[in-house]
Amino acid sequence: MTEQNEYPESSRVPTRVIGTPPADAPIVDTDPVRAPEGVPGVIPQDPVKARRAERLVALLFLITFLAGAAFIASYVIFQVGTIDKTATSNYALGGTLALALLSLAVGLTIWVRRIMPKYSLVQERHEMRSDDDTREYVKETFLQGAEESGFLKHRLLRRTLLLAAAPLGLAPLVLLKDLGPLPGTALRHTVWGEPTKDGKPRRLVVEGTGQPIRAADFNSPGGILSVVPEGYEEDLNALAKATLILIKFRPEELKSGTNLNWTYDGIVAYSKICTHVGCPAALYEQTTHHILCPCHQSTFDAADGAKVVFGPAARPLPQLPIGIDEEGYLVAKSDFKVPVGPSFWERGDAEAEAREKAS
Amino acid sequence: MNAPPKAIAGASTFVDDRIGAGNFLKRNLRKIFPDHWSFLLGEIALYSFIILLLTGTFLTFWFKPSMGEVTYTGNYAPLYGVKMSEAYASALHISFDVRGGLLIRQIHHWAALLFVAGMMVHMLRVFFTGAYRKPRELNWIIGILLLTLALLEGLTGYSLPDDLLSGAGLRITEGVILSVPIVGTYIAFFLFGGEYPGHDVISRFYTIHILLIPGILLALISAHMILMWVQKHTQMPGKDRTEKNVVGAPFYPAFMIKAGSFFLFTFGVIALLGTFAQINPIWLFGPYTPADISAGSQPDFYMGFLEGALRVMPAWEINFLGHTVALSVLIPALVPLGIIMTGLALYPFLEQWITGDRREHHIADRPRNNPHRTSIGIAGITFYGVLWLLGANDEISANFHISLYTTTWFGRIAVFVGPAIAYWVTYRICIGLQRKDAEVLAHGVESGVIKRLPNGQYIEVHVPPAEDIAEHIRGKKEIPILEGAEDAEGIPPKGARGPLGRLRAKMSRAYGTDHVPLPDGHHEEVHEAEHAGVGAGDRKELH
Ligand code: HEM
Ligand code: FES
Repeated sequence: MTEQNEYPESSRVPTRVIGTPPADAPIVDTDPVRAPEGVPGVIPQDPVKARRAERLVALLFLITFLAGAAFIASYVIFQVGTIDKTATSNYALGGTLALALLSLAVGLTIWVRRIMPKYSLVQERHEMRSDDDTREYVKETFLQGAEESGFLKHRLLRRTLLLAAAPLGLAPLVLLKDLGPLPGTALRHTVWGEPTKDGKPRRLVVEGTGQPIRAADFNSPGGILSVVPEGYEEDLNALAKATLILIKFRPEELKSGTNLNWTYDGIVAYSKICTHVGCPAALYEQTTHHILCPCHQSTFDAADGAKVVFGPAARPLPQLPIGIDEEGYLVAKSDFKVPVGPSFWERGDAEAEAREKAS
Repeated sequence: MNAPPKAIAGASTFVDDRIGAGNFLKRNLRKIFPDHWSFLLGEIALYSFIILLLTGTFLTFWFKPSMGEVTYTGNYAPLYGVKMSEAYASALHISFDVRGGLLIRQIHHWAALLFVAGMMVHMLRVFFTGAYRKPRELNWIIGILLLTLALLEGLTGYSLPDDLLSGAGLRITEGVILSVPIVGTYIAFFLFGGEYPGHDVISRFYTIHILLIPGILLALISAHMILMWVQKHTQMPGKDRTEKNVVGAPFYPAFMIKAGSFFLFTFGVIALLGTFAQINPIWLFGPYTPADISAGSQPDFYMGFLEGALRVMPAWEINFLGHTVALSVLIPALVPLGIIMTGLALYPFLEQWITGDRREHHIADRPRNNPHRTSIGIAGITFYGVLWLLGANDEISANFHISLYTTTWFGRIAVFVGPAIAYWVTYRICIGLQRKDAEVLAHGVESGVIKRLPNGQYIEVHVPPAEDIAEHIRGKKEIPILEGAEDAEGIPPKGARGPLGRLRAKMSRAYGTDHVPLPDGHHEEVHEAEHAGVGAGDRKELH
């Protein structure tokens, strides 16, 4: 490091005015001949201008003081609670805080630029590498230490030490095992397949209200409902797989992709969980019968087995077999025949398997 | 002032007697920091991080990282009586029942955006000026780790309030994890403590967000700063600046106060944003349920390119032997991020391999002077940018009345063609700018003075460029080229043998060839001779 950039004692700084570069001139532009002699690279400011700047800086610091005080006052004065009160408190606190910070920042900047000298100091750089002697010394010391430790000579010591380290290294990983249960076949089932308490088929109920749906009442073609399983209306784990989208069609609208045996009177139930990465495929366009997932715009043709017509989803939304119970309410006749939601390694071509089983 | 005040003198004597701090201070108090606006970009990231630590700590005093169900009875009337997780309820509590809570929440979120954005532009400036070159490769790698961790930190933080929007992000995360071959299902079950969403993920993310990642970030940022301090800053080419020196202002007092004021600026601007620019109004979204989603939901900007990648990907999926590989998820989730991060991490070493340049570099390149590097960088930005825009293609489609599918198809093509075009255009621009530089050195700059020659011809008088500008231009360094030529016996040198060696030699020539050499030092005389007798200034014919 160099000491060549010593700051001169301020008494020795010549106080010259004429010919000093303007405050905002680039440092390198300064004509070195005009820089004050004896202090290369430290160009003092014009004292008159510096004094003017000082007043400005003082004003800014004062503003910071006032704004800081106002911040504390705002905390006491403005209470929160309702949206409006919170908004007012937020503006008061944030506004005063920002003002205090910014005016302090501007003050410091003016201090640096108008009161402190301009600097164009030079410092030497040295190559990062150590010199050869040092390297040689370190190398020898290392070898000597290795020799002294006996690590090289005593083979048994070396090997058993490595052996000793192995299980200890694994232990933290083993400890993590209880983070969660193993997947098993959990992803293949939904609560639609769980038996109900009274052994009857599980009803479809409207999401939010929990109302069961009478098929006869859900009768306007183009109608759509978001549906959840009765008894699990608030179980998020269950909903993450079992939520349905229920659509009413005119019989002639349905195409071959839809399994008619699983519909009831033109009412079809598809999994609402997008087969891409699992967002709820919540948008429906009546005229085209398209179900659109808002996340990445996978588009499914609801009239044709919810097959993919666009987007990154690779598989149709699975269809749930539905029917009605003796009171005329829509129920699930069984679980989905294939896993719902995003693909996973163990899933395989569940659709093909299901087709094989059916035929 | 002849002696430091007693308080300072006393304290410093105390410390120096015990740890010898004087030696350190002697070396470092007047450490020189070069000045350039682009050096402030890294500082924005640094100060945002400090603000994140401060505001984050405040938030932990009230936030409850629990997925246990509660019934909301707080001050926000529209959600009164609604069942929700404790996490969401406590986030609402911070927003509506804690004075300054909303402000700090919004400052925290804005600071997070600025943190990542600051790092990104800082990284770009390091890239385009070649400041990652030897000896700074380690700091470059640390930087990439920082950026990666910051993305993870943002992801975990975004999920904490457990509102409908953050849940959507979490769901996508789960879907992506599930797509990982062989271990994906297991990782998902371990992370979520069973099936999605389970009851554990918020508290686990909380630990990761407030302890694990910030701890690592803090350690890495400290290492980053120490290395920067030890290696000293790069500097822009200019008068008196060499590879062997640093020209600028001393740490004490100038740089210290400058840095302080810049911290306050950063904080002040973030406070303004936090006050007046509403961000993540969780109370409008409602509590999370996997059955619902708010349409048009957008992730934070730094996740946008992943979102876009997921959107443009065609629906590819492979099934074999009872297993599934969801390429339509796996590729967009891993490949773009992988290309960008791996490419960045390897770049300093690839460049060294191609140029054979093992020297230290302390003078920053002007981007135009390494046209291939600059073009690669811009191509990368274009690749990222296309994916990023595609992450908002629904908004684009709605606002500009373009069909959604058209935007997707456009993206599928643009993600390949865009970078290629960007590369070519950038390369041409760089060469053009180099020509302009050479021109300025050779013929000077237009003075605006028109002169009529005795023979009736009009010329504009050119004057030599200002010295600092000329020095700045002359700072251009040649890029070394590997020796690829065959020797007398027709045997190529060692590095250039075999197909790889030949490719390397070829790339080296392409990368290093200077198409616009600057006029050498003697140009003045040559030039003077050409135009002898035409007056003081250099000049050029008026077109
Ligand atoms: C937490 C995030 C980061 C913080 C707080 C940070 C902060 C800084 C600061 C304040 C400087 C000195 C000023 C400057 O050169 O702009 C610096 C230098 C540097 N940074 Fe970062 N940075 C971060 C991320 C990154 C990233 C993402 C990269 C690259 C991938 C990176 C690579 C470098 C390098 C190579 C230098 C030395 C350059 C020189 O001396 O000119 N940093 N960093
Ligand atoms: S989750 Fe539905 S398209 Fe991605």
